[in-house]
This record gives sequence, structure tokens and C-alpha cells, in this order.
Amino acid sequence: MSLAFAYVSITSALLSGLLSMVMGARPFLLKTVSFTLLGLCGVFAIAGGGVALLTGAIETDQFILGLPWVAWTLRLDPLSGFFFVIVGLVTVAVALYGPGYIREYEHGKQPLCVLGLFTGLFVAGMLLVLLADGAFAFMVAWELMSLASYFLVAYQHQHAANRRAAYLYLLMAHIGGLAILLGFGVLAGAGGDFTFAAMRARELSPAWASVAFGLALLGFGMKAGLVPLHAWLPEAHPVAPAHISALMSGVMLKMAVYGLIRFTFDLLGDIQWEWGLTVLILGSASALLGVLYALMQNDLKRLLAYSSVENIGIIFMGLGLSMIFLGTGNKVLGVLGLIAALYHSLNHALFKGLLFLGAGAVLQRSHEHDLERMGGLIHRMPFTAALFLVGCISISGLPPFNGFVSEWLTFQTALQVPALESGVLRTVIPFTAAVLALTVALAAACFVKAYGVGFLGQARTRHVRHAREVDRGMLGGQGLLAVLCVFFGVLPTITIDWLGQIPQMLLQATLPSATAQGWLWLTPISPTVASYAAPLVLLAILFAWGAGYLLLHPRRRRTPIRRGIPWECGFGPLSNRMQYTSTAFAQPIRRVFRPVWRVDEQVAETTDPAQPLRVTGIRHQLQIGDRSWPALYEPIARWVLGAARRVGRIQTGSIRTYLAYSFFTLLALLWLVT
Amino acid sequence: MAGDLTGWLLALLQTLLFIGSAPLLTGWVKVVKCRLQNRAAPSVLQPYRDLRKLFRKEVVLAANASWIFRSSPYILLGAMVLAAAVVPLIAVHLPTAVIADVIVLVGFFALGRFFLALAGMDIGTAFGGMGSSREMSISSLTEPAMLMAVFTLAMTASTTNLETVVQYILDQGLVLRPSFVFAILAVMMVAVAETGRIPIDNPATHLELTMIHEAMVLEYSGRHLALIEWAAQIKLMIYGVLVANIFFPWGIATQATAATLLVGILAIAAKLALLGIVLAISETLVAKMRLFQVPRFLSIAFLLALLSMLSHVILETGG
Amino acid sequence: MNLQLLSLYEQAILVLAAMVLFTSFALLAQTRIANLIRLFAWQGILLSATTVMVAMVSKQHHLYISGLLTFVLKALMIPWMLNRLAIRLDIHRKVETTANQTVVLLGAAALVVFCYYVALPIAQLSAGITRNVIAISLAVVLLALLLIITRRKAISQVVGFMSMENGLFFAAVVSTYGMPMVVELGVAFDVLVAAILFGVFFFQIRASIDSLDVDRLNRLTEAQEVEE
Repeated sequence: MSLAFAYVSITSALLSGLLSMVMGARPFLLKTVSFTLLGLCGVFAIAGGGVALLTGAIETDQFILGLPWVAWTLRLDPLSGFFFVIVGLVTVAVALYGPGYIREYEHGKQPLCVLGLFTGLFVAGMLLVLLADGAFAFMVAWELMSLASYFLVAYQHQHAANRRAAYLYLLMAHIGGLAILLGFGVLAGAGGDFTFAAMRARELSPAWASVAFGLALLGFGMKAGLVPLHAWLPEAHPVAPAHISALMSGVMLKMAVYGLIRFTFDLLGDIQWEWGLTVLILGSASALLGVLYALMQNDLKRLLAYSSVENIGIIFMGLGLSMIFLGTGNKVLGVLGLIAALYHSLNHALFKGLLFLGAGAVLQRSHEHDLERMGGLIHRMPFTAALFLVGCISISGLPPFNGFVSEWLTFQTALQVPALESGVLRTVIPFTAAVLALTVALAAACFVKAYGVGFLGQARTRHVRHAREVDRGMLGGQGLLAVLCVFFGVLPTITIDWLGQIPQMLLQATLPSATAQGWLWLTPISPTVASYAAPLVLLAILFAWGAGYLLLHPRRRRTPIRRGIPWECGFGPLSNRMQYTSTAFAQPIRRVFRPVWRVDEQVAETTDPAQPLRVTGIRHQLQIGDRSWPALYEPIARWVLGAARRVGRIQTGSIRTYLAYSFFTLLALLWLVT
Repeated sequence: MAGDLTGWLLALLQTLLFIGSAPLLTGWVKVVKCRLQNRAAPSVLQPYRDLRKLFRKEVVLAANASWIFRSSPYILLGAMVLAAAVVPLIAVHLPTAVIADVIVLVGFFALGRFFLALAGMDIGTAFGGMGSSREMSISSLTEPAMLMAVFTLAMTASTTNLETVVQYILDQGLVLRPSFVFAILAVMMVAVAETGRIPIDNPATHLELTMIHEAMVLEYSGRHLALIEWAAQIKLMIYGVLVANIFFPWGIATQATAATLLVGILAIAAKLALLGIVLAISETLVAKMRLFQVPRFLSIAFLLALLSMLSHVILETGG
Repeated sequence: MNLQLLSLYEQAILVLAAMVLFTSFALLAQTRIANLIRLFAWQGILLSATTVMVAMVSKQHHLYISGLLTFVLKALMIPWMLNRLAIRLDIHRKVETTANQTVVLLGAAALVVFCYYVALPIAQLSAGITRNVIAISLAVVLLALLLIITRRKAISQVVGFMSMENGLFFAAVVSTYGMPMVVELGVAFDVLVAAILFGVFFFQIRASIDSLDVDRLNRLTEAQEVEE
């Protein structure tokens, strides 16, 4: 049943891509048919995934493609079902949003049909990754996903920066792919076969298991954008069209999370706590550095991309905690950590999708992606602004929205450290929890900045001043995600109940206490340890708000509230240039965490020649770069170039030399054979 | 999990008492401070009069204020009332206390602050942006320190529910814990920073380049301003009650009888009066620090919280 | 370990141990010479208080004397001497620029965890009720070393050295109820003499290189090479 839905879903994604290729000449038809099919794909993905997730049924099938000795086995179990739902939800939103959004590209240089084709292939690739039940099928689907998204990143290839970003993405995706392939190779070498079933059944020494884990972490970490492997992410995500950014940031990164969970929890099995510690520390570093870099960005989409690094970090923290607890034999706590990570994956898909769609709406209407040139959009685009606010609150981890729940669960997992034997772990884990607290607080600052500078205040440019609200379809796409953000924030107990089949399948354990007190109360360990009643919180906030409003609002006076000009210190009218900018907003934090960035700040004062002390103009230049470039990538790039040059020396160009190479290789092989 | 009707009634009364008496604490601190500085003190009830005056005044909005600006005071007050509802004031075992644990409490503060900072940016003046930027920067440094201190408590009592922590400490009797010494200091430093008291911010300044909170709410008037002021007073009270009732919970009512509740009220009044005196003394002795010294102050708070956690692990749990 | 099982005095010893550790951190965080010396005096006071507490718990009477000695020497005499030196050298109000403070403090915290890890096997051998304090005293020693490494001014290095001695003394008091009286007296006077000698050296250093910055001492070798 679930697998049938999945097939329908993948078929409609492929059809959506192929049909848009056919209908390239008719934009209207292309938009309706291709996005309807994409929406259908999303709906069926939710249906198929939902059935698998809720019933816990595992369906397997063998696909006709594939080679005689490596079959394509497919399987839909609760874990892939859960990620199916994530893909489906965001795809539905994108399908609603897309027709309105790509109007901008109708008269562009690039044909729309390419966009449609690769969007379909991309979604189909992601769904196939989830269905794959063997290394061969997995890698083919993985490459389909990576390549399709490469073409989407490179869609607007007239800008050199976009081509560079796409190339970087392709390069790193392939290094990551290679690491994953090697990881599977280690497992297949021990299991004798490329199917996941054989890998699960294999015997592996702890050292080899660690090697396999390290390779998988490298490969999936690269795709997920873990620090310091994140360099491609802030380059590639912003340059794609907004609905593709939403899919990439919201969903594709989750494929890496899925891959790591599948590889570690399902295929490897016996988890060692050292792996968990590695993942936890990498996750904390990603979370903190991601948000610090996000804070310094002025480009809205870049800011969102760095914030994805942060959220991936939080997800990995949950996974790391889970692995530490599982490795030390605390199964129930391991389940809690896993659920926290899964929950945050879902949440991040929703709010990051929402925010990217919102950023796209702003981009379409004002042609601005720089925060410092926006401002006051709440007056011009009220609905988009309201929906974007929902995303901002959710991502900042504020109750009672969804981001808070998963972060709260992560905190709760981290606080269960007294269950551990090792005193060192007992100190390291609360410290990472403090890092998480810092991250969450900085994320709030970051999104106050993004929203405050972008949507509030006064418009800074003419385009922004004349921006208009986007159409209903685009609002519908964002609205769907916003409603889901609230839903998963207010009803966490039900959600955790739905997730229950995943740990049941992977770890043969569940979290019975979490839902034991009814749908109103979330009690992950037990009611006395911690409890959170999100519906009551929402109710109480609404009640307090309503009571305050009713009691205080003057009903007698019918006159509208007086409006006045704001206080301008007596210096004449305020101009929009007097507002705090994005750079100014982040300045105190830049000062505190200065060593984190590569800051190049230059202030040049021009003075009056007659009066040297009188400054007539100040020129301020600020460039904030990513430290991972000079510290990691540039040395590697130099080394690779150097090595290539050295290897290049054997390329003499003379045909006799090449024949000599072949001759000596032949001799060596013959000698080896005997 | 939900208690009976009397429990809910009692919880509602406690919350009302909490938010009702919050201005009194602010007034008390002001009176003590005036006495210490040899000035004539206003009445303890002065904050109530100020609030009443503000509630009656007409609201003037800036020309381009959006709905964010108008709704933020209500959201802020709502978040603070909710936070007040989950902190045990005079009695434990109330049904509201399990709605949210201490992490959610920190989340409520963050929610209120988020909207207030947005409201500061809404008008588009330099002051508002400045206040918002500073408030968010400072709070992002206080939050980890606060949570770290709270984590120590949570690890000691193996719970994050405030009333269970209180109950645990009551059950244990008088135990000297090195971790608590540091945690209490860290929480107090965080409280000073979060509630905008000297040396971080001066609640009495207006229109200076050093101000933080006041810069953010500069454009507010009338009932909106009253709500914000009231919320700030509630926040101060919450921090006071947290310090008083978690580290020194003795006196709090564990059963809902009239006598124990009366004792509870008297106990918390005495503790808060004492804390108010401590705050007033420290505000008198310490000068307001430069804005760029604040991260240093907060890093010490974080260090204290970290030490609290370390000493908990090393000294209190053993090998 | 269950804290409730300990007597109030023993709990107080733990609190004092934590506070001694805190003074070590504070020494690392403090850049002003005068405050550094004052903090060192506080560490001495805490140390002597701990000694007296241990004396009460263990009923070892010689520890009272040793506590008194600690108080007189480490809380009064040596700080007073250092302070006088600082005033005479006119570095009393100097602020010392150090390497990145936050990194040093975080490193210090990591060091404490490391000490805990290292001291765990030792602590398990020890039967004393205050065995956990061994990790703390080791941490005090190592933090003092860190202080010496990160500072430039000779006088703060001396404070670090003295604080290191405090850590050793602390370990001796809480884990084995103090050393024999003779040894303690000897060490105490050694420290005192060391403090006096350091004072003499300060003047010598300043006279020869015109600064108390020990990084300048590097030049001595270079100067020799030039002469040769």
C-alpha cells in the first residue's frame, strides 16, 4: 500500500519533469501541469510515507532496473516514511508557490523547461534515495539528486559567481559521494553483498566499523553542511531560485541526516559512544559557527543558508547525544535523542522552507536580496510579512512554536547525563548544552535582525517602497508551511506518538513515558522530571493577550489612535538612512566574538584641507569572510594543484613515452599474475 | 496530571498575587536605594501610581508603526504573566507549575524579548534599532549562563520542573552545595543584566547613548508603555522569586491550608525584601559600566555557571 | 557521593574547595596587579579556613597551628610584601595585557575537567571523605602554571608560583590531614624567603633590562651574541 503510493509519487515527479521538457514553448501549460504533478507527487509522498510511519509496516520490492548481480531492492519502512513525509510537505508547498514565482523567469534568458525538468528529477532523486535498500540503488539515486540540484544551482549561469558556486557544489558533492561509496564498500566487503539486508547481517570488527562510520560521517556531513565541510552550502543555496533553495535547504540536507541515521543506526548497529561524542562536538561547532556566520550576513538568502548550517548542527547534536546514550547502554535516552533529532529535521524543513519561500517572495517583488536595501515591507506585503514572522519565531526556538519543542527535547536529552558513568562525559555534555543555549539565543538575535531590518522600519529603496503583495498561490505555499509550524509546535505529544515506530524499528525501543499523560502533556522521561504543555501555553498566551486587550482597550472613545512623528532628537525629519542597518545591528556581537570571522574593516576619513581636524567624509569598508577558507580549503586546493603539477610531469606529449608506460605496466602486471 | 479545581483556583490567585505585587518590589528597591543615597524616598506605592497614570494617558503612535508595534506590549505581558504562573511563589504542587519547566520559562523571556526588540525596530529610528541590537546581544550572552546555572540545579535534583526542584531541596534539608554557591551568583548576575539594572543598564535614564532597554521602548506611550513597565517589574520579581525560592525554599507552603499559605506569603515577602535591599546596596556601590565591558561581566557570569557545573560533577557526585 | 551523609563541616570544606578553585580562575581573569595580589590574599584566607575546618573534622590539633601560619603568611605577610614591592616598582595600577582572555578561561575550564579525569583513579584509592578535593587541588596547581605561562610581568608570575604552592598545600591538608609539622614549617619559611628573594630579583631585573616584562629577558642572549 505505502509502496504503491510511493511509486505514484515518484512517477508524478518524473512526469512533471519530462512534461515540462515537452511543453517548454507554452509557459502557462508548463506551469499548471508541471506544478500540479509536483503537488500530486507531494501528496502521494505524504500518503505513502504517512502509512509507513503510522503503521510501522515495512514493504520491500525489487525493481526491474539494475544489473543481474546487483539488484535494485526498494524498501519503505517508518524511517524512510518519515523523510518521505518531509519531502512531501515541502514539495506540496513548493508546488503551490512555484507557478506564481517562476513568472519572473518566463522572460529570462534560461528556458523554463530546464528548471521544470531538473526540479522533477531532483524530487524524484530524493524520494529514490529514501526508497533504496541497497548501496547500488542508493548511490544512483544519490547522484541523481546531486546532479539535478547542481543544474538547478547553475540555472542562472549568466553570473560568474553562480557558476563558481555550482562548481564548488558539484566538487564537494562528489567528494562526499566518494566517501559514502567507500563507507558502503567497507560494509559490503564484510557482508559480501551490496544490499542493505546483507550489510545488516555482517560481522565487523569495532575498528572497521569505526572506519566505515568515519567515512559515512565525512560523506553525509559534507552533504549536510557540517562545519568545516559547509563551505559550498552558503554559496550554492542562495543562488538557486527560491523554491529550489527551499527544497535544498529544507529537504535535501535532511537526506544526509537520513543517510547517516540509516548508515549508523540501521546498518552498523553496535554504536560506540566515541562516535556519538564526535558527532556531538561537530554538531555543536556547526550550530554555533553557523549562527555566528548567519548573523554577519546581509544577504537574506545567504543568512538563511548559514542558518541551515546551524540547524543541521542542532540535529547532529541530537543524533550525537542519542549515539552516546546508546553506546553506553541507555536505550530509552538514546531513543529520546533520536526523536529530538528527527523532530528538529521535520521542523527545520518546515520553517526553513517557509523562510526561503518568503525571501523569494520579497526578491520577486522588490528585486532586492540585500537586507540593507529593504525595510518596511510589512506595510507593503502584510501577508508575506506575517508568514515570514511565523518562520522567524519558529527558527528562533520560541514557545509555543515548533522550533522550541525540538530544542527543548535536545536540552532534555542533554540533561539526562547523570545516567552516564563517565565523569568527563558528564561535564562535556552540559557544556555542549550551554553551546546550544548560546546558539538558540544568537539565532533569536539573528532573526530579529533579519525581520527587523528587512520587514520593519522604513523602506530604504524605491523598489522596496513600491513592492506589492504576492499572489494567492505563493501565499498559499507559505501559509501551508506556517500552519504546520504552529501545528507541530502546539501538538508535540501527538507528533512524538507518530514518530514512535522509527525507534521501534531501529532500536526495538520506544518512549512510552513521553505520551503517557495524554495529548496535552509532553513528558519525555517522567512527569516529575520535565513536562511541557504546549497547547496550554498557547491558550494562556491568547488568554493573557485577550484579557489585556479587552480590559485596556478604551471602548468609550471612538476616535482612532493619534499618530505622531517619532522622536528625532530635534534634528529635523528622520530619513530612512538613519535606521539601524543589518551591519550595525550585528556590531556588538561582532565585537564580542571577533576571532570567529575573518574581519577586514577599514575606516578612511577625509578631512577638510583647510581645517585638518574637520572630518568631511568617512568611508567604512567591512568584509567578513569565512575562516574555513584560509584554514582548510585554500591549503587543500594549493596542495591538490601542486600534486597535479607534479603528476603532470609524466605527461610528456610524446607517443613513444606513453607506449613505454603501457609496456612497463604490462610487464608489471604479468609479473604480478605469475 | 492536571490538579483539581481548588488547585487551579489557588494557582490563579497566586499568579494574580505575583503580578499584583511586582510593582511593590520595584517600589521597595527604589525606596531602599533612596535611603541609602540620602535622598528623600517616594512612597513604596509609587510604581502603582505611575502605572495608573500611564494607563489613563492617551496613546500616541508613530506614523509608520505597524501591528507588531501595537501588539508587542500585550505579547510581552502575556509571556511574563505566563512565566509568573509557573514559578512557585507561595506554594508548591500547583497545577500551573507543570505546564512549563524552567527551560520553557527561559523561552518565555526570550519570546517577550523577541517581540520587544522587533517593536524597537518597527519605527525605524536609530534609537530603537540601537536598543534592540544591544538587548539581543546582551541577552544572547545571558541565556547560556542562565541555562548553565539551571542545568546544574536540574542535574542535582534530576528534574527541570521548578516545583520538583523546590521539593527536592526541601526534602534534603540544609545541605551546603558548592555548586549552588556559584549558581546563585551566576543567576544573580544574569538577573541584573536581564532586568536592566545597574551596572548593565540604568532603569532611570532617558535619552542617553548608554541606554538599552529605554532606547528600545522610547516610542511607547500610554497604556502600551504601562504594559511594558509592568512586564519589566514582573520580570524583576520572577528573578527575585527564582533566587529566593529555589536556593532558599524554606517557608514555602507544601500543603494548601490557610496557615501554611500565610506562612508562605510572609516568607516570600521577607526574602524578597531582603533581596531588594541587596540589589539596592549593589546598585549604590557599583557604577554603571561601559557598554563594551558588559560582555566581560557576562563572561564572568558564564564562568561562574560553568564552575558551578564543574564543582557539581567533581565534588558532589564523586567518581 | 551523597552530600547529605556528610557533616556540615565536611560540606563546608567542599564549598571552600570550590571557592579556592574559583579564586584560581579569578587570578587568571584578573589583569590588574593590585587586584591580583588581593585575590591571592583571598586564596590564602580560604586556604587557612579550610585548614581550620579540616582540623575540626579530623581533630588534628597541629592543623590549627598550620592554619594560623597559613593565614599569617599567605593572607597577610606575602601579599603585603608583594603589594609594597608593586608600589615601589610603580606597577601597582598597571593593567597587564594578556592573550585572549576568553580562550584562556575556557582552556582553564577544560583543564579542570582534565584534572578530574586524571585524579579519578587516585581519588578512588584514597579513603578520605574529601577525596574529591584532590582533583581540585591538582587543578589549582595547573591553573597556577597556566597563569605563569600566560603572563609577562614577573610579579604576576610570582603570584602564580605562590598559588601553585597553595594548591600543593591544599592537597596535603585535605587528603592526608597535613604534612608533619616540621615539613610544613620548613615549606612555609621557604615560601617566605622565596618571596623576599623574588623582591630582590625584581629590582635586579628592572635595573638590568629596565622592565619587568620577562619576554624582554630573551634579549639577553641576543645581546651576548652581538658582543661576541
